[in-house]
Amino acid sequence: MAEIMTLIGGRSNKQGTALCASKLGAEYRELCSTVEMNLEDMARLGLTNNSKVRLRSAAGEVIVRCKGRESKDLPPGILFMTYGPVSSQLMAGDTAASGMPISKNLDVEVEPVVETEAETRGG
Amino acid sequence: MGMLRIAGGRVYDPANGIAGAVREVCIRDGKIVADVPPEARTIDARGMVVMPGGVDIHCHIAGPKVNLARKVQPEDHRHDVHLRTRITRSGTGGTVPSTFATGYRYAALGYTTAMEAAVTPLGARHTLEELHDTPVIDKGFFVLVGNNVLLYRLLQEGRTEEFRHALAWWLGATKAYAPKLVNPGGDELWKGQRNANITKLDEKIGPFDLTPRQVIAAFIEAANELGLPHPVHIHCNNLGHTGNYETTLETMRLAEGRRAHFTHIQFHSYGSVAGKSRDNPTSRARDIAEFVNTHPNITADVGAVMFGRSTSMTADAPLAYMLRRFGGAKWVNADTEMESGCGIIPFTYQDRVYTNALQWAIGLELFLLSEDPWRMVFSTDHPNGGSFMTYPRLIRLLMDREYRKEQMSRVNQKALDQSGLRDCQEREYTLNEIAIITRAGPARILGLTEKGQLGVGADADVTIYEEDADKEKMFAAPRYVIKGGELVIEDHEFRTEVAGRVYHVAPGYDPGIERVLEPFFEDYYTIRFANYPVADRYAPHARVVPTAPAGAS
Amino acid sequence: MSEAVRVVPDATCTFCGCVCDDMVLTVDLEHKRITKAENACILGKAWFKEHSHEDRPFALIGGREATTEEAVEEAARILAGARFPVVYGLSDTTCEAQRVAVAIADMIGGTVDTTTSVCHGPSGIAFQGVGESTASLGEIKNRADLIVFWGGNPAEAHPRLFTRYAVTPKGMYVPNGKKDRTVVLVDVRRTLSTPVADIFIQVKPRSDFEVLWALRALVKGRPVDPAVEQRTGVKLEVLQDLAHRMKTCRFGALLFGMGLTMNRGRHFNSGALLALATDLNEFTHFVAKPVRGHGNVTGADNVVSWQTGFPFGVNFSRGYPRFNPGEFTTVDLLVRGEADAALIIASDPASNFPKAAIEHLKRIPVITLDPKATPTSQLARVAFTTATYGINVAGTVYRMDDVPITLRPAFESPYPSDEQVLTAIRDRVRSLLGGNRLPPVPAA
Repeated sequence: MAEIMTLIGGRSNKQGTALCASKLGAEYRELCSTVEMNLEDMARLGLTNNSKVRLRSAAGEVIVRCKGRESKDLPPGILFMTYGPVSSQLMAGDTAASGMPISKNLDVEVEPVVETEAETRGG
Repeated sequence: MGMLRIAGGRVYDPANGIAGAVREVCIRDGKIVADVPPEARTIDARGMVVMPGGVDIHCHIAGPKVNLARKVQPEDHRHDVHLRTRITRSGTGGTVPSTFATGYRYAALGYTTAMEAAVTPLGARHTLEELHDTPVIDKGFFVLVGNNVLLYRLLQEGRTEEFRHALAWWLGATKAYAPKLVNPGGDELWKGQRNANITKLDEKIGPFDLTPRQVIAAFIEAANELGLPHPVHIHCNNLGHTGNYETTLETMRLAEGRRAHFTHIQFHSYGSVAGKSRDNPTSRARDIAEFVNTHPNITADVGAVMFGRSTSMTADAPLAYMLRRFGGAKWVNADTEMESGCGIIPFTYQDRVYTNALQWAIGLELFLLSEDPWRMVFSTDHPNGGSFMTYPRLIRLLMDREYRKEQMSRVNQKALDQSGLRDCQEREYTLNEIAIITRAGPARILGLTEKGQLGVGADADVTIYEEDADKEKMFAAPRYVIKGGELVIEDHEFRTEVAGRVYHVAPGYDPGIERVLEPFFEDYYTIRFANYPVADRYAPHARVVPTAPAGAS
Repeated sequence: MSEAVRVVPDATCTFCGCVCDDMVLTVDLEHKRITKAENACILGKAWFKEHSHEDRPFALIGGREATTEEAVEEAARILAGARFPVVYGLSDTTCEAQRVAVAIADMIGGTVDTTTSVCHGPSGIAFQGVGESTASLGEIKNRADLIVFWGGNPAEAHPRLFTRYAVTPKGMYVPNGKKDRTVVLVDVRRTLSTPVADIFIQVKPRSDFEVLWALRALVKGRPVDPAVEQRTGVKLEVLQDLAHRMKTCRFGALLFGMGLTMNRGRHFNSGALLALATDLNEFTHFVAKPVRGHGNVTGADNVVSWQTGFPFGVNFSRGYPRFNPGEFTTVDLLVRGEADAALIIASDPASNFPKAAIEHLKRIPVITLDPKATPTSQLARVAFTTATYGINVAGTVYRMDDVPITLRPAFESPYPSDEQVLTAIRDRVRSLLGGNRLPPVPAA
């Protein structure tokens, strides 16, 4: 079962402090491999905190862990991820002659991953 | 550094009373000397005219507003590119060229000194960074102090001495050459009272118990007391407005015999049809020229308008907003905390448009009515009235009355009817007068004693033009340009690149003034007081011009 | 031990575009680290804490340790031999280094582009189209009684924007700070920034342009169909109220983030916002300002502009600067597989460029200058370790509002600065090429 949702990439305090330490460190990698999702959406898809989920865009796909947020903070159908090597795998290269690739409000297909699958992937 | 002998040319060196005599000019170690040994290289200048390098007293070439004006006009760069050579950098032109192109193009016109005319104190560091990247020419800048909130507070509290010390501190902290006033009082109304403007010298400046009249008089006095090489540089209130000549004359009277420089007075010489203040302007060039002619304490640059593309960029933010009404497609406004406003608008002067043609005519009138070329000097307020690249054409308009008449026949005739240009069309500027208004005069007004002249000990900034009946052609491309003794341009090509100096003042002040300034900074600025003054390394080729405080001798 | 401790007052944090210059740094000189950064926000504290002296090789060539000089030689060889190289990054280094980087691009006839192209590049394009009414941050602090944040999350990206410049500080004409201001926040989701707002307006994703355009109509007194709510998620009354507040405030400010630029509409969104601010000047004083990211991305815009006339994405292959976003911007040069070498200064495109661009970076010789190892330095042919600006290196940085600030470094680094490495590369390339490379003469 897969659903189309809207992925927003952005910054966070934790990402900012972690990248000062090292972009190659475990903390930074983990932060960049987590997607925030509406709790109702998660329940419908049978997901709980830390469940694995596959995100697929026209450009690529990644497997990340999810983290629940209430509707007042993150509306249904919206996903949030911090910018980084994982989110960039989903970005298309076309800039529509602007130089700027689209990294906010990407349409992505969201699909739960059975836990026996391979480890979290990403760039 | 090498030696050079320039032989056989007709020399125009008005500061030393030489007007076209054939004589040698000798150069050694960057300076003019009486003679050089026979082995020195000789430039054969027969059939050529030798002048000191040009000195632009008022232009906008570097700093925050200039860079915004550059950024906002990609369309103005792409049609006028500047190729790199083996030794020089590439760039772009248009009315606001990139920094390298600015330096090269000034040099290629025979100019070796240019003064950036309006810099916010907070933007001084940025300006010096751009001037660092503006090669060949010597330069400096005027710092905007006429809308400074802290200086206003000191004035309104009657703390005149502290005001003077604070002004001296600001000039030194920013490495400025002179204080600049722009539309005094206007910024507070613009920023604080929903884009209003000041219109009268005796109008109260917003929340301050102060009027433009008081502000201007205080700056004229303080600048004279400090003994600055160049007095306060004034852009009067009501620029561009119909009937503004009365404000200009009133402001000039405020000097009361003391030195003051009035800039781009063409834009301040507008009359009105009797009884109508909102109609098309008329020319009052005669009134303004007469006042300047009869008041030796007053100096002015014209700020001529040339037809074609220009960029209006000014600390007079309400003016730029007003210009939006006349076909402005895009507009930039940039407020600087506690210090200034700024407005930018690309603009085209058209010969068929009444107001533009009148402005063009008034600029010429002012030149032609001037009786003392040493005090009414050359400028287009680049790029406001037109690019510095139009200077050769403006010189031809002054030197060649047949060409001028032909040009007059092409412009809006109703505008000419309202100007006095037809009444003074017989006059032609001589080469000696051109040498005065484009080099000797500006250098003297600026107090740059080593510039604008070819006497022994002067800077070896020399331009050699091939004589030509077409003065536009002659002044557009000198054959040789020597800067600081270096032959930078030879046979119209760059042979080397030099950096050019930064001229600034550092007047003395009571260090106690910093205790007055600092708390104000901590309350209202967003940069720390300690981080505000500009370090010496931003002006690696600095030359500090001494001041002569009143009573110090 | 006291001689091994130094206090640096009035130091500057270069983590984000706020460029706060009121840091008081306590430096342990013996261990070469900053033990305390007074006045720093959470991001600034991490920035100062984590940039201690690290024992890393001066350079890596093909993954093997090398001296700086050897790496300069290899980098110069790559750049002098490249036919369509790109110089990219520059947002986390000094203006002094940026100047040399542009000089290199000019000399070799390459392209210079900065992280602006993937940040507020669209706002730069919008600026070229409509202009901008703007102000230094101090004007907002001293005068703004209405502040509208749009498409950004300053609490997490620019924490002191609220406390030092725009919301809480007391100003000359807003003596009670936040009490004298109305703060509006427009975003597609709630964030840590939302609580600061008096009014929070949640818009549907991909509808910023429509909301801005509706506001422009309302400000000009034109009718707007209540159906705007279905498209944007915002009730017409809410927009009417905001338009009224904007027209009647004394000094208004629109501060906008990458929620506008990285999104459908890109420069149209920024342009709509800039046009709205311009329109409002018919009624009151109104300014707008893009909230810029990395410490000196604004300096990069300024330097590239004053040297070339254009802010980013500038190509020199014809012997003069040409600007064309989409053609000379780095993502495009890489995605199309055009660039044949890359000099990347103080940035990490391998972490945030689209996948196809990163793939091309892996195929071409890449030179990096960075104080730290990054995914980009890991794929580089030549990777320089350089000293950190603001912590080890002096120089100039432009705040997001174009105000330049001079850095006060805390302690010395054994590594060279970006400016030193770039100057050495420039000089070596110049001698390899015998001066600036002249462009090919076009066929008659």
